[in-house]
Amino acid sequence: MTPLSLDDVLDSFHPLRSGTDLRGRIVAVQPETADAATIVIKPGRDWLGHEPGQYVQVGVDVDGVRLWRCYSLTHGPRPDGNISITVKAIPDGIVSQHLVRRVRPGQMVHLQQAAGDFVLPQPIPRQLLMVTAGSGITPVIGMLRNLFSKAALPDLDITLVHVNQAEPHSIFKDELRAHAAAGRITLVEHFDDRDGLLDLARLESLVPDLDARAAYACGPSGLLDALEEWYDARGLPLNTERFRPALLTDAGEGGTVTFVGGTVVEANGATPILDAAEAAGVLMPSGCRMGICMGCVLPMKQGVVRDLRNGELTIAVPGETDPGGVKIQTCINAAAGDCHLDH
Amino acid sequence: MTAITKKADNPIAHLSPEDIEAIGARLDEIRQEIIDSRGESDAAYIRKMIKTQRYLELGSRAVLLGSIFPPAFVAGTVGLSVAKILENMEIGHNILHGQWDWMRDPKIHSTTWEWDMASPSEQWKHSHNELHHTYTNVVGKDNDLGYGIMRVDEDQRWHPFFLLQPAWNFVNACFFEYGIAAYDLELGRNLAIPKEKRSPEFKAAAKNVLKKVRKQATKDYLVHPALSIPTGSFVPTLVANFTANVVRNLWSHSIIMCGHFPEGVETFEKKSIEGESRGDWYVRQMLGSANISGSKALHIMSGNLSHQIEHHLFPDLPSNRYAEVAPKVRALFDEYDLNYCSRPLVPQVYSAWHKVVRLSFPNGWLATTNKRNLPQQLVALYKISTADKRKRRVMLKLLERKAKQPEYVAAA
Repeated sequence: MTPLSLDDVLDSFHPLRSGTDLRGRIVAVQPETADAATIVIKPGRDWLGHEPGQYVQVGVDVDGVRLWRCYSLTHGPRPDGNISITVKAIPDGIVSQHLVRRVRPGQMVHLQQAAGDFVLPQPIPRQLLMVTAGSGITPVIGMLRNLFSKAALPDLDITLVHVNQAEPHSIFKDELRAHAAAGRITLVEHFDDRDGLLDLARLESLVPDLDARAAYACGPSGLLDALEEWYDARGLPLNTERFRPALLTDAGEGGTVTFVGGTVVEANGATPILDAAEAAGVLMPSGCRMGICMGCVLPMKQGVVRDLRNGELTIAVPGETDPGGVKIQTCINAAAGDCHLDH
Repeated sequence: MTAITKKADNPIAHLSPEDIEAIGARLDEIRQEIIDSRGESDAAYIRKMIKTQRYLELGSRAVLLGSIFPPAFVAGTVGLSVAKILENMEIGHNILHGQWDWMRDPKIHSTTWEWDMASPSEQWKHSHNELHHTYTNVVGKDNDLGYGIMRVDEDQRWHPFFLLQPAWNFVNACFFEYGIAAYDLELGRNLAIPKEKRSPEFKAAAKNVLKKVRKQATKDYLVHPALSIPTGSFVPTLVANFTANVVRNLWSHSIIMCGHFPEGVETFEKKSIEGESRGDWYVRQMLGSANISGSKALHIMSGNLSHQIEHHLFPDLPSNRYAEVAPKVRALFDEYDLNYCSRPLVPQVYSAWHKVVRLSFPNGWLATTNKRNLPQQLVALYKISTADKRKRRVMLKLLERKAKQPEYVAAA
């Protein structure tokens, strides 16, 4: 920082400049439903662009703490260069609640480059089936918007099965119905409160030519697991996008600690990771060994540890926490599950 | 002071092991209260502090571009001094303690922060966070006790070299950042080793310090003055930078002296910390530190090291919360009848300096000296200084015994 690094001085005047950490400025927050909102972001100069269907990792400071989550991009490349994500506030979702209810235009967020392979291949198969549930519509709406924003509309036969708990929860319903009314897609809306839980046996009757369609599905893992099983049983391919690639490890007592070199150390729930690793012959940075000097801090890429002083858990989930890893003090943290340390 | 365990009236003798455990538990509780409540407003505090400091520094440096004009020189120098103090104390020191690591912001993190200071942050963290904060005030373990060049405890053996320590301390104060760098390198000990036998770690560390010093000096004494050439302000800008560095050094030296040197702060023996429990460690921090009372501005300018006691108890809590913690800590001191050493800035600085002067003389010398016997005392001092090792030891013993005689004890 000033005057030690010129970069940080420049950042305070132009946080979106090229050559610095990728950030974005929130341009607009548009409510979609009672608990969902679209956030339009102007990304920094170094944004490399994206393909519709990809997601972006977004870092926001919630109650002072930087937290990261993945959200699908809900537009194709836009003429104004902005990107957008649509977030559904889940009941105890710290980040989603913050994004839907508290962020305001002008605030900064941190970004990673777009990623993900839930994209349409080129050339695009003529017959498509999209199955989405809840906010699973977000990557698909990005694809649709991109396809239908072109001057010459593509000659495609798209069926979209859109599942929601109830009609008011359905994000983008007006836009989707407009596409359906204009004959661009065949829309099958399924509302659990009206139609009961989606029975996959009914899928074939809803979409008679199902076998002939390239299939894309996005939604909660229950639905995706069932769909995958169903497609596997018929020997058909299915492309899925999962919101939570790794489920949160349930915090337990002890676990394995894996290092970059491939070394795996067994650590119990009462021994600091530092001690366990050293006992197993791993060369570890260390210092005071009582949690005050920060000499032993290492980034944890994945896993969960417990602070032996107050029992507090620190969790690292790829895609949800800092991409560089969550920095932990190894001298006062014990494994509370399997951990991967970047060391 | 004398190591607490050697004192006739040991100030913690009345504490039972259960008391000490209870103190530890209560302090853990206080710590947890802050951890549970830290959040957005704290994050906003440090970000605003950093921003304020950045703008103040940039603004002051801009003003100094025209420092050939006296008002610009004065305003720029004052601004730059304040900016440098904030940068070192409230921002750098506290971030390097990991006080803001909980924000998970890789820019404001103990593992990534670098500061405007001769000592590279990595190295300083080792000597300061690891050695000083862990072994606070343990004679022979905590090098902050006199920085290895001064005698600040009766238990450190007297040598004629220490007669010069008030002057030495003042020089150190003026060039404190280099003193700290040398100290972090354990320069004295390492220079005593023949060049070819010095450890590769020392050589690497020394190289890092030189690199850092060169960078800082280039910025302050070359680039910035050179930018002022168009207005003919090269020399004034250089002087302003030098002044700001010295002001910052004097200020931080004073604040840091107040933390552990004033009269009333206790020291500890090496063997007293063997098998120390968390409660014991807490009690040592409580008695081994001293606070400065004063205004909010003083607290901020001191990097909240005016709350040295709270800082030593909870080195990783955000500094802006120490003021809130202080009354709770103080209540605990009162409850267990312990001495909460706190004075305003001037008396505290005086007290620290008084100790430096008092201990530059052999134990008991100042106490046994008055206007009438000054000539004899000076002769005695000369004799002690020039005596050989064995004789000196005997003479020092005699002097200490003399100071314990009723007439001097009463006078003291």
